[in-house]
Amino acid sequence: MSDPVLEVRNLRVEFPTRHGILTAVDDISLSIGRGEILGVVGESGAGKSMTGMAILGLLEPPGRIAGGEIRLSGDRIDSLDERQMQAIRGRRIGAIFQDPLTSLNPLFRVGDQLVETIRLHSDLSRGAARARAIALMKEVGIPAVEERIDNYPHQFSGGMRQRIVIALALSAEPELIIADEPTTALDVSIQAQITALLKRLCRDRGTAVMLVTHDMGVIAETADRVAVMYAGRLAELGPVDEVVRRPQHPYTSGLMGSIPSLRREVDELQMIPGAMPRLGAIPTGCAFNPRCAHAGPKCRREVPRVAGNDPSGNGAACWLALEGETA
Amino acid sequence: MTGPRPILEVDALERRFDVSAPWLNRLLEGKPRRSLRAVDGVDFDILPGQTLALVGESGCGKSTIAKLVTGLHAPSGGAIRFNGDPARMQMIFQDPFASLNPRWRVGRIVAEPLRTLFPETPDTQVQARVDELLRTVGLAPADASKFPHEFSGGQRQRISIARALAGEPEFLVCDEPTSALDVSVQAQVLNLMKRLQKEMGLTYLFISHDLSVVRHMADVIAVMYLGRIVEIQPAADLFAKPLHPYTRMLLDTIPDLEAPRRDRAPMGGEVPSPVSPPSGCSFHPRCPLAFGRCQAERPQRLPHVHDRRVACFAAEAAADV
Repeated sequence: MSDPVLEVRNLRVEFPTRHGILTAVDDISLSIGRGEILGVVGESGAGKSMTGMAILGLLEPPGRIAGGEIRLSGDRIDSLDERQMQAIRGRRIGAIFQDPLTSLNPLFRVGDQLVETIRLHSDLSRGAARARAIALMKEVGIPAVEERIDNYPHQFSGGMRQRIVIALALSAEPELIIADEPTTALDVSIQAQITALLKRLCRDRGTAVMLVTHDMGVIAETADRVAVMYAGRLAELGPVDEVVRRPQHPYTSGLMGSIPSLRREVDELQMIPGAMPRLGAIPTGCAFNPRCAHAGPKCRREVPRVAGNDPSGNGAACWLALEGETA
Repeated sequence: MTGPRPILEVDALERRFDVSAPWLNRLLEGKPRRSLRAVDGVDFDILPGQTLALVGESGCGKSTIAKLVTGLHAPSGGAIRFNGDPARMQMIFQDPFASLNPRWRVGRIVAEPLRTLFPETPDTQVQARVDELLRTVGLAPADASKFPHEFSGGQRQRISIARALAGEPEFLVCDEPTSALDVSVQAQVLNLMKRLQKEMGLTYLFISHDLSVVRHMADVIAVMYLGRIVEIQPAADLFAKPLHPYTRMLLDTIPDLEAPRRDRAPMGGEVPSPVSPPSGCSFHPRCPLAFGRCQAERPQRLPHVHDRRVACFAAEAAADV
């Protein structure tokens, strides 16, 4: 198999605070191949966005990468300085964030924003860049592009704005796109349009996509593989249909059970008791053990890892799944 | 037809908002006055002890209805009849960060409806009631002395629920009560709301954009599109046999965890602006079944078309055959 586009090994992100060091991302290993969509799912504070930000080199100080490595098509990018990272962001890694309004400058016409981005990453002339901007806007499905290219962001609907953000992310033909909750601010019918667009672009261009979302339904219909995060750690990693159909980690199955079903009527939703621990108060052993019905002595003692901590691996970071017992 | 008397009856309810340009602009640029019909002729009833859910995409008018029912907005037309004690209607808001006063301790927040509605209650009794309410929603009496920022989103929503219960309500308007919460926390709050409904015989007007949440909570679901109810049915029927093309499209679009469809064809088009809605049936530009009449006339929910459950000319034509 050829090199994965993205390979993250033992990534650790820390935030030094007055009360000690908080570990926001703890020993995460994962990889994404060409044309593959990896879904990263978890609840707020699980570290999923932080993982994306670390890859983009956009951690807010004092946050820092405290261990592990990040490779983009084989090149290490976690140790680059800000100037070198700037050359990679946009050109080799594109980003799509939740709120398209904050990703676009409200004072500039969308066409000019696209042209500027294209010219920053290539040596195209203004005219050629504009032609390329029009082609990109067409590709992401914006109707009547020639009339709308000189409109301002506020003149577009939320779904159209997110399409423009996707066009911006694609403008330099990056190898990897990090999409952080790209559909969360959108209505369901528009959400489906955007995920379908992402899937098509990823397939046509061979772009690797890291799709960060809290929505398991979106993951189930969009991603090829999924990484489930909990309290900064990887709880489960594997092909999406396996993880959805036969979740091995009690957290994953609890998470799935708590989603109301569209097909069945239930009196009571399955609940995971308690709440995810704060970063400053992660229990020893498995971070999930105080909420887990199957927790044994080993779970309270030792931290389980997805087998071999292999970036392309699959399995659950759970002693019950790993060893069949928790004694 | 006789049956239990509805606790809430909403009849031809309308609410328009003025979205005109400022006066000077209208004068200089000759712009007309413009109004947005956020709620455009809505009828529904809610029976005591039941949950009616309003579901729809942003801008369909569902939150405006919540505000009309609770009296936070005045209707521009139509009528709302509440056949209960108006003091026993409470509301739970979407954002548990914005709806709790950050400078007040939880005890004071929860006691506020008590002190307002029953000002003669002695302090010891208020205290005891607050303790009891906090326990009911799964918090501890000791939490009364804390501030809202010390709680997570799910816990804050429990505080909102405790506050709403303090007035001994019979009718609760819940506007997206769980959309700001993570799914596992959402499950806790939904279970709590269902339990309380059973124990206290509460009636809910439940507003949500999430069809799976609505399916779990509601007895009756009303689907809204651009200020109108296009379909209203008992929850199980709506999912088994959606009647309106918009409902069918919505159901076809939401990701289904149990049977993921990776080749799902997304719904085309977007919700038009409510300032200038399409003529006739406002869904016709996106509708696969639209024909001439849909552009010219506005469909109504009629007794002989699925017992007033759907407003659609295609359904009407099928029923007339």
